[in-house]
Amino acid sequence: MKINRKWWLIALVLCLVFATISPLASYFPDGLEKVAEDNGFLSAAGETPFEFIADYTFPGIENEAVATILAGWLGVLVLFVIAYGLAWLIILKKKGKTNI
Amino acid sequence: MHIPDGFLNAATVGTTYVLAVGGVANAIRVAREKLGEKHIPMMGILAAFVFTAQMLNFPIIGGTSGHVIGAALVAILLGPWAAVIIMSVVLITQSFIFQDGGLLALGANILNMGIIACLGAYYIYNPVNTLLGSNRRSKLVASFIAAWGSVLLASIACAIELALSGVSPMGVVLPAMAGIHALIGIGEGLITAVVLSLIMSTRADLLALERI
Repeated sequence: MKINRKWWLIALVLCLVFATISPLASYFPDGLEKVAEDNGFLSAAGETPFEFIADYTFPGIENEAVATILAGWLGVLVLFVIAYGLAWLIILKKKGKTNI
Repeated sequence: MHIPDGFLNAATVGTTYVLAVGGVANAIRVAREKLGEKHIPMMGILAAFVFTAQMLNFPIIGGTSGHVIGAALVAILLGPWAAVIIMSVVLITQSFIFQDGGLLALGANILNMGIIACLGAYYIYNPVNTLLGSNRRSKLVASFIAAWGSVLLASIACAIELALSGVSPMGVVLPAMAGIHALIGIGEGLITAVVLSLIMSTRADLLALERI
């Protein structure tokens, strides 16, 4: 079965579109945060040793929605590249192995 | 459900890291045997999709929100071990770049939302789909149940880790986590079924990839 090569470009654009609506996401605490809050252990959460794009907000940008969208776009592209690259590497290693 | 640092004690951090590393190592071993060139773009797209889906928190009751984990969709499309690789890549990136989920808690987060959610979803989906007749409708129903179950299983694992770390008694944190995630899981189930249905109507050939 032949798989059209262009489908994943369309899918990638769709992911970027989803990332663009991310400022509309709910700001309520998630299930775990809520349980931690209700049971008095939320304060146990520690500071992170370093911050790059904490809370999905791109640093240095005043408009919070824009900062969130940029973080989303960056994440989508970074993850596509990492997972694609990793899969490619796994196959490369496999081919190397069978040649030996 | 990303656990921040500070919630887990050293013993739990150590144990979950060992289990997570073992699971990911096995996933890579299986992928080396079965991964083909046709899987490559799918791996990239699903990692990107899981990342963006996890950003979109939807409100549920009582001032709480939830987001899709995505493990079920990936496990159904690519198989459990390819899904473990994708979820791990997303969770590692979220922890290191976006400070979502602690560095010490990363093992636990990979164990819960990666290994347990992916294997759980896959091994719920297949028998349920077969039982219901293995047609379009059965696939959608099975994907809903598998996705719901994967969220519940991950939340139970998370609650057990919290209780073992001594932050909250098992009798409190287990029903609280399972209860709220039984609701969040409905969102996961609906979104998983809708996306699967869209793929079936537009690119059914993608469902023919070998499961890893």
